Amino acid sequence: MSAKTGLTWTVYDADKMTQAETYGLVLSYLGEINPKIVGLSADLAKSTKIGKFGEKFPDRFFNLGIAEQNMFGVAAGLAKAGLLPFVSTFSVFASMRAVEFLRDDICYQNLNVKVIATHGGTSFGSAGTTHHSIEDLSIIRAIPNIKLIVPADSVETAMAVQACVEVEGPVYIRIGRSFEPRVYETDDYGFTIGKAVEMRPGTDVTVIACGAVVYHAVEASKILEREDGISVRVLNMHTIKPIDKEAIEKAVVETRRIITFEDHNIYGGLGSAVGEVVAELGRACAFTRVGIPDKFSPHGYPEDLMHYHKIDTDGIIEKVRELLGKEFEKEEDWEDEY
Amino acid sequence: MPLTEKEHVELRKMARKIRKDIVDVTHWCGGSHIGGSLSMVEILVILYWKYLRIDPKNPQWEDRDRLVLSKGHGGVGHAVVLANRGYFDFELLKEFNQFGSPFGMHLDSTKAPGVDASTGSMGHGLPQAVGMALGSRVLKKDWRVYAVVGDGECNEGSIWEAAMAANHYKVGNLIAFLDRNHLMIDGPTESVMSLEPLDKKWEAFGWYTQVIDGHDFIALADAIDKALENKNGPSMIICKTIKGKGVSFM
Repeated sequence: MSAKTGLTWTVYDADKMTQAETYGLVLSYLGEINPKIVGLSADLAKSTKIGKFGEKFPDRFFNLGIAEQNMFGVAAGLAKAGLLPFVSTFSVFASMRAVEFLRDDICYQNLNVKVIATHGGTSFGSAGTTHHSIEDLSIIRAIPNIKLIVPADSVETAMAVQACVEVEGPVYIRIGRSFEPRVYETDDYGFTIGKAVEMRPGTDVTVIACGAVVYHAVEASKILEREDGISVRVLNMHTIKPIDKEAIEKAVVETRRIITFEDHNIYGGLGSAVGEVVAELGRACAFTRVGIPDKFSPHGYPEDLMHYHKIDTDGIIEKVRELLGKEFEKEEDWEDEY
Repeated sequence: MPLTEKEHVELRKMARKIRKDIVDVTHWCGGSHIGGSLSMVEILVILYWKYLRIDPKNPQWEDRDRLVLSKGHGGVGHAVVLANRGYFDFELLKEFNQFGSPFGMHLDSTKAPGVDASTGSMGHGLPQAVGMALGSRVLKKDWRVYAVVGDGECNEGSIWEAAMAANHYKVGNLIAFLDRNHLMIDGPTESVMSLEPLDKKWEAFGWYTQVIDGHDFIALADAIDKALENKNGPSMIICKTIKGKGVSFM
């Protein structure tokens, strides 16, 4: 990885590690150079991989048992003491079971606590709705002071975990559970919190995605270009908050068509955040959101659920074709009645 | 250290002043959680004037003892105590609850000098206090953490989550006070949601537990001294108090 961090693994290791495993490795490394880092989990040290940090620094790791509310309160207290807590549990628990503690104790006091929430979206598909986290982006986005990041793959997870230490205040990083395919060939792509990454240039339509869906967006754009001759811009909107307004506004003006894909309810997440920017810009743009259509998802393997929700390669191709076939009102028709 | 006669007289004098000031501020701001503020006056007075290692001129002093008002609705009482202890000018409390004031019903640690944790929603202070106490261990510091918990607040699950964690990690630098005034918003605690036997519950959760008269400075000093000797785990001092103490018609 990057020379500046001194990490001793390569991006090719990302093929063999989940986002969570990468996180555990990076945090263990960061723990060596920053003695203020402490770790907390709620009986999910193994599942979230923060346990790797715990094995290395047992005196700086606290397992609070299955008690997420207290865990976030304790994290706030540790931050107040001057430490830098990393808190890990499943996103569904971090964003809902314990959210008032995250809000009141950490965000309200603007404390330097980093939440690395795993099993985001429907990535724990077979566990069912109680373990699907399809509301987390919406909930966290509504809380002041906190930044919200959804890395696309293991490489970006490493980048985000390192970057979050550099910014003061609460950060929520939502990662998956399984082996998200690798999107990046290098870590040298200039990851910056709040700046979208243009994965592919394009002029006919812009696909905006986050998390594991980014891989599929890139694959779909290649096929669309080859088979349909469509020039698809792909933006990896890894930071949902603060959202990269500039990249969205540029996409409106330069492509006039935007479609978002996310492993999240279509309400309140990436699509909503992008839609707010599009609407406020006041320029003509055909816009569609694709995600979980305000329903609880069925059980199933993540790849089957992504297919079902049309956020895999096939689904993205289908939805982009639909958007391009959509009648797009010309400015001279704006006097039309509804 | 047991109280000297002189200390006892001065603490009682201060408690009377604090009570009068709480009533004044409540009058100025048009209403507050006055009853629960009056019931914990002796607890805060003995901590701020005898036990806490603090420097009011340097509220963020790293090595200070911490105090977390877990029953955050007692904010008016806490603010009056902090003003009298020299953290800020008492006159500022004339603006209590008003637009733009650093002080409101539930105190904000980012605005009110001397407030170690923002609280208000029930069950949030004790977990933060446990975190602060663990923090001193990681940083090899010797500060102590004191928390004041409400009795109605003990309905909250997070209080017992924190109680379990404090015992599990043998947090010996944490002393909590339970303001046992027997009243919550909808009525007597035992009619809204039974708490007793409260001392047995805290004991069962592994806390060194004492039950005392929470308005008696001598009993408070004795209990705190014993709790300070107990370095192997968390301590709970259940303080039997009267809501609205000091105001005859409350």
